[in-house]
Amino acid sequence: MGDDILIEAKNIKKYFPIKTGWFEEKKYVKAVNGISFHIKKGETLGLVGESGCGKSTTGRLLNGLIPVDSGSIIFNGKDLANASKNEWKKYRQKMQMVFQDPYASLSPRMKIKDILREPLDIHFKHMSSMEKDKRVEDLLDKCGISKFHLNKYPYEFSGGQRQRIGIARALILQPDLIIADEPVSALDVSIQSQVLNLMKDLQDEYNLTYLFISHDLSVVEHISDRVGVMYFGNLVEIATKEEIFNNPKHDYTKTLLSSIPQMIPKARRKQMN
Amino acid sequence: MSNLQTETITMEQMKTNKDNRFLQFWRLFRRKKPAAISFYFILFLFIMMIIGPFVTPYDAAEPNYTSVLETPSASHLFGTDEYGRDILSRIIAGARISLSVSFCAVTLGAIVGSILGLISGFIGKRVDKLIMRTCDVLFAFPELILAIGIVAILGPGLKNVIIAVAFFSVPSFARIVRGATLEVKEMLFVEAEESLGASRLRIMLKHVFPETLPTIIVYYTMNVGTAILAAASLSFLGLGAEPSSPDWGAMLSVSRDYIGTAFHIVFFPGLIIFLTVLAFNLLGDGLREMLDPKMKD
Repeated sequence: MGDDILIEAKNIKKYFPIKTGWFEEKKYVKAVNGISFHIKKGETLGLVGESGCGKSTTGRLLNGLIPVDSGSIIFNGKDLANASKNEWKKYRQKMQMVFQDPYASLSPRMKIKDILREPLDIHFKHMSSMEKDKRVEDLLDKCGISKFHLNKYPYEFSGGQRQRIGIARALILQPDLIIADEPVSALDVSIQSQVLNLMKDLQDEYNLTYLFISHDLSVVEHISDRVGVMYFGNLVEIATKEEIFNNPKHDYTKTLLSSIPQMIPKARRKQMN
Repeated sequence: MSNLQTETITMEQMKTNKDNRFLQFWRLFRRKKPAAISFYFILFLFIMMIIGPFVTPYDAAEPNYTSVLETPSASHLFGTDEYGRDILSRIIAGARISLSVSFCAVTLGAIVGSILGLISGFIGKRVDKLIMRTCDVLFAFPELILAIGIVAILGPGLKNVIIAVAFFSVPSFARIVRGATLEVKEMLFVEAEESLGASRLRIMLKHVFPETLPTIIVYYTMNVGTAILAAASLSFLGLGAEPSSPDWGAMLSVSRDYIGTAFHIVFFPGLIIFLTVLAFNLLGDGLREMLDPKMKD
């Protein structure tokens, strides 16, 4: 694990306007209210927090799906805030997303083969068709989907399989950073660990960096190196996994940790006191 | 209960027939009796459209003054009109004109309307407002009056009837495709494509448009019925096909003088228009049930 910083967010903000009447003062939801953090190469940063605390918005800001209001995002030493459309396209190649809902994130009318070829068609216009097919097959194989499924449609797969396809799609451009927005929270618990382990294996193989967004602390504990805790648009604490789970500093982190279901109920009560 | 049964059958069919989605679709479609019967009827009309002129029992245009206004009989199944022409032959020959006019018109309207709707829904903001308000203006005219106005400006004739009918089907297509586009645009896979780096145009054409296609197909089918009616109305008013040509609307138009004395010469062209429009509407309904994802479950 190198010490180089792959992506850094400096004081990024995103306010969403709320519709109000004509004469009322304009109001905003402060979805992300000036947060700063960085992710090193090869590292996994877990981002936790309750729903609506701005963790998904943070992921989308980093990926440029929604523009930041202020602050800067530095990827591989370059500021993305003022990047042109073409430059963004280049960055996107190196920065991919895995979405929460594997049922909705794959085009329902496209075959698996075409869904996976799509990123290649966008970014590698000169790659031959054979080469593309080979890359698709290899990667699907690594993600545990047989090549016999290439001509099937997404609706023919289970949730876990679809999420594997989603991961394969994110990996096909050989990115450096994967932003995983609750990648396992829509899956059965038994499938969750399979997908998490797949993500870990792929990280080792391709030297990937993850931003792992989740509300499930045990999942985050399993996969992260460092953990950031978000609360109402603010990043209240960011530290190594051990630090967060054994020695939480912020009150909200403590509350969050005490909400993990315990094997022995008494132990939990003690934690809350 | 019956719903449950069809569901399980569907699942079985999917298993046996995974690779052939078209066959699957067809099997399910055949269960919808009104739509399936309509489909066969429309298919029959199409065959008539192609081979019609070769199978008509009599010449559709040649007057025969020895058999004027004959009632239906074995030799003339639907009777004859005021010039002694066989009505059955004229109806068969007329399928070509009536159907091709409405299909051309609706196709034209659907293409223009869908493009406008797609742009309007996908780009939004000012473009959306401009297109939708223009459509609202067109909606404010009664359809037939608008068509009459257009034909009045362009002059009578089949080509202008096509333009007129296409013109008033544009705003309804635009509106319906815009609605579908707005819905699809918010779906997660569209965002996923964006995060992959796909351009707006690519997303619009390759991902959003195919999702709106079922809506377009359904609406197209239903609109063909309306267009047949509109084209027939224009012909009836003497603005469409020439009165002597075997167009269904024109046949009604010239025969209305005989409505008191020879019932059959009004009845049969009217009946065929009625059946055709009904068939297209029922087919559209059936297709909607099949294709609309909300009604599928």
